[in-house]
Amino acid sequence: MTLIDYLTVVLLLAGAIFFFAGTVGLLRFPDVYTRLHALTKADNVGLGLMVVALAIQAESWAAVGKLLLIWLLVMLAGASVAHLVARGALRRGIRPWKQ
Amino acid sequence: MQTFYLALALFLLLTLGAGMWRVLRGPTAADRMLAAQLFGTTAVAVLLLLAQASGNAALRDVALVFALLAAVTAVAFVQRAWPKQKQEQEQPQETERDVD
Amino acid sequence: METVMVAWMFDSLLGLGLLWLAWQSLACSDLFKAIVLFIAFGLLMALAWVRLEAPDVALAEAAIGAGLTGALLMVALAQLQSIETNGDAAVATVKKGHCIRPLQWLLLIALSLMATGLGYVIISFPAHVPGLSTAVATHLEASGVSNPVTAVLLNFRGYDTLLELVVLLLALLGVWSLGGTVPQQTTTPAPLVLEALTRLLVPMLILTAAYLLWVGAHAPGGAFQAGSVLAAAGVLLLLIGRHPRAALMALPLRLILVLGPATFVAMAVVTMLIEGALLKFPPEHAGKLILLLETTAMLSIGATLAALFLGGRRHTDKEHS
Repeated sequence: MTLIDYLTVVLLLAGAIFFFAGTVGLLRFPDVYTRLHALTKADNVGLGLMVVALAIQAESWAAVGKLLLIWLLVMLAGASVAHLVARGALRRGIRPWKQ
Repeated sequence: MQTFYLALALFLLLTLGAGMWRVLRGPTAADRMLAAQLFGTTAVAVLLLLAQASGNAALRDVALVFALLAAVTAVAFVQRAWPKQKQEQEQPQETERDVD
Repeated sequence: METVMVAWMFDSLLGLGLLWLAWQSLACSDLFKAIVLFIAFGLLMALAWVRLEAPDVALAEAAIGAGLTGALLMVALAQLQSIETNGDAAVATVKKGHCIRPLQWLLLIALSLMATGLGYVIISFPAHVPGLSTAVATHLEASGVSNPVTAVLLNFRGYDTLLELVVLLLALLGVWSLGGTVPQQTTTPAPLVLEALTRLLVPMLILTAAYLLWVGAHAPGGAFQAGSVLAAAGVLLLLIGRHPRAALMALPLRLILVLGPATFVAMAVVTMLIEGALLKFPPEHAGKLILLLETTAMLSIGATLAALFLGGRRHTDKEHS
């Protein structure tokens, strides 16, 4: 294992932790609005860390570009959908959670 | 290294399975949709890991298609399938009543 | 050794998950929940195809199974709900209808027999069957492409693909023949964020469709995958309320719909007259001919899948607005 390999392992593990946190958030948070955080924050960071980890292993710059593009697209979709769902939920009278 | 990639993919698949509880539980349609959206992101990560593990670069194209189409179902939900009025905050009457 | 173990665990989990999701999405009485479960099923199915080393199918499943079908079912559910609230009793009762018990048992027995038979066939197979892959490999040179899947679909067994295109067209005709029964869906004006998302995604989808079409010659990809990605662009535009003008909906749409099958049929006739066999391409032109066929097929597939989202025939618009 080279230094790059160690870096990949560390980044991938960090990414996995964020994915785990995202799932815990999805299961444990009390309402739609708080669960949106799991979708937009945790998983996108998790995927980002994994993309960086795999990009330093990639065989060509084209592969690196494709990995980054995939991450950007997922973030774009995640952020937009989070906004749309939150907006729709508010308009349908779903109350945000309070203690 | 290959084992490590596969093990991580397995771990992500397990988190996806755990997230399935939210789809079953709800309570609102938006919660179920969010869970599906989360599965999409997880599946992208799994595909990228499998691509690295197997050395098959074509799997990144599958991940790309996933990433592009992730928004389409969510947009269909927000624009069409989400019931306009509430009546979904509580929906205990339509539990597994007539499974057969 | 551990790699095999982990791969085996991954595959078993995937297989069990697929079975469970299929069961749940069929058995669940809440239609929306069933749709979400079906989307999850599509995601796992694409992963299963990846594990079976069939990235071509995985691509198609990712685009159609996890993406378009989910959206199509959601739109269908919305139509169903609007019919129910409009008090159409005849349609509402369809949902309530139950199967008769004995029929269910018969079905269960028949399906179990079939599953046992399939299981037996799979187990009794030798571990490695060369099948026709060596035949494909030896003739790959003459096919004009280097991706064996594309070579089979467009060259060696082109008539299969021709008929698949016709099936897709028939599906659309089926939907069109239902037209008029469903009231036109009123779409709320799209939020600004959605507008912006669409502006970014639609060019990306078109570009990706072109990329998949091109890459299909030497790697996983091709007309069906590209066509469904192209359709996603159309579906997004339809979902945010950007309907094409009525003038485009009449003749131009129909022309695009039949462009793919028509090119295929024309090519079949020409090759039959010149080469003496159905869809037998001269090796020196095969690459270009396949690209032409795939491009027209992609346009037709994209238009057909997007047109499915419009539902019934267009003349209902005039009656309702």
